[in-house]
Amino acid sequence: MSLKAIHIVFIMASTLLACGFGGWSFRNYFSPDGTKLDIVFGVSSVVAVGALLVYGRYFLKKLKNISYL
Amino acid sequence: MDIPYVVQPRQDTGLYNAKLGIWLFLASEVMLFGALFSSYILLRVGAAPGAWPHGLLNIPIGTVNTLVLITSSITVVMAWASLKMNQFGRFKVFQGFTLLCALMFVGIKSYEYHDKFTHYEVILTDGTVVDGHLIERTKEHVVIHPAAKHGASNAADKSHGDAHAEVKIPVAQIKKIENYGPWHNTYLAIYFTLTALHALHVLGGALVIGYLWGPGSKMWKTDPERFTNRIEVSGLFWHFVDLVWIFLFPVLYLL
Repeated sequence: MSLKAIHIVFIMASTLLACGFGGWSFRNYFSPDGTKLDIVFGVSSVVAVGALLVYGRYFLKKLKNISYL
Repeated sequence: MDIPYVVQPRQDTGLYNAKLGIWLFLASEVMLFGALFSSYILLRVGAAPGAWPHGLLNIPIGTVNTLVLITSSITVVMAWASLKMNQFGRFKVFQGFTLLCALMFVGIKSYEYHDKFTHYEVILTDGTVVDGHLIERTKEHVVIHPAAKHGASNAADKSHGDAHAEVKIPVAQIKKIENYGPWHNTYLAIYFTLTALHALHVLGGALVIGYLWGPGSKMWKTDPERFTNRIEVSGLFWHFVDLVWIFLFPVLYLL
C-alpha cells in the first residue's frame, strides 16, 4: 500500500472525526449547558468536513497517475 | 554486491525493501497502541458508574493540535508528490511546513502537560477540597488559584466571580496535596501513557523527516528514485502517527 492509499484512508478518518466532533458539539450546544464555543466548534466541523471532501477530490485528481500499491 | 529491491519493487510482493520494512514495523506499532487502547477501554467500562473523570482536558487546545496534525499529513504527502513530479523546491517547502507542524504539536502538548503538572487538588483537614493552579508554595502556606474544569461551562461556573480569587492555605490545614500528574488517578495515568508515547513518535518522526529535509536531501542529486522512496516511507510512518491521534483525540478528550 502506497502513501497515496494510506493518505486516502487518513482523509476518510479525518472526515469521520470532523463529522463526529460536529455532532458532539451541536449536541452540547442544544443541551442546557450549551455555550457559544460549542456552536463555533459545530459550524467549524461542518466547514472542515466540506474542506476535507474538496481536498480529497483534488488529491485524487492530482495523483491519478501514481499507483495505490 | 548490490542489494536487490532497494529501489525497484519485487515482482511477487510489489514492494521495495524499505516499504516492506516499514509495514512490518507499523504492524508491531498497531499491536503496541492496540494493547494500550484496549487497556483504556477495559479500565473505563470497568469503572464504577459516574466515577470516570470528565472535563479534565482542554478541548480547544486538543482541537488545534488535531488540525495541526491533519495539516502535517497533507504537507507530507504533497512533499512526496512534488518529488514524484520532479519538483525538489516544492518538496523543500512542503516538508518544511511538516516540520513546523510537528514542532507546533509538541509545543502545544508541552503546554498541556505543564498545565496539568501545575494544577493541584488540595484536601484540607476539615474535608474541604480546593482545586486549582498552584501560584506559590512555601513551608508555611500554599497559594492556589481556583479554576473551573475545562469541560465545565454551566451557569454555576460562569457566575463564580470572586470564587476565582486566589486562596491562601496554611500548611497546617492541609491533609493532602497532589497535582494532576499520572499518579493522580487511573484516567490521567493512561492519558499520560498514551499521549507521551504518541508525542515520542511525533518527535522520532520529526527527527527522520528533519534529516531527510536537511543533510539527507543530498541523495536527490545522486539517486532521486531511492530518495523519493525514503520520503514515502517516512510519510507512511507520519500517517500512522497521525491516525493514532485521530483515535486518541475523541477517546481521551470528548467521550
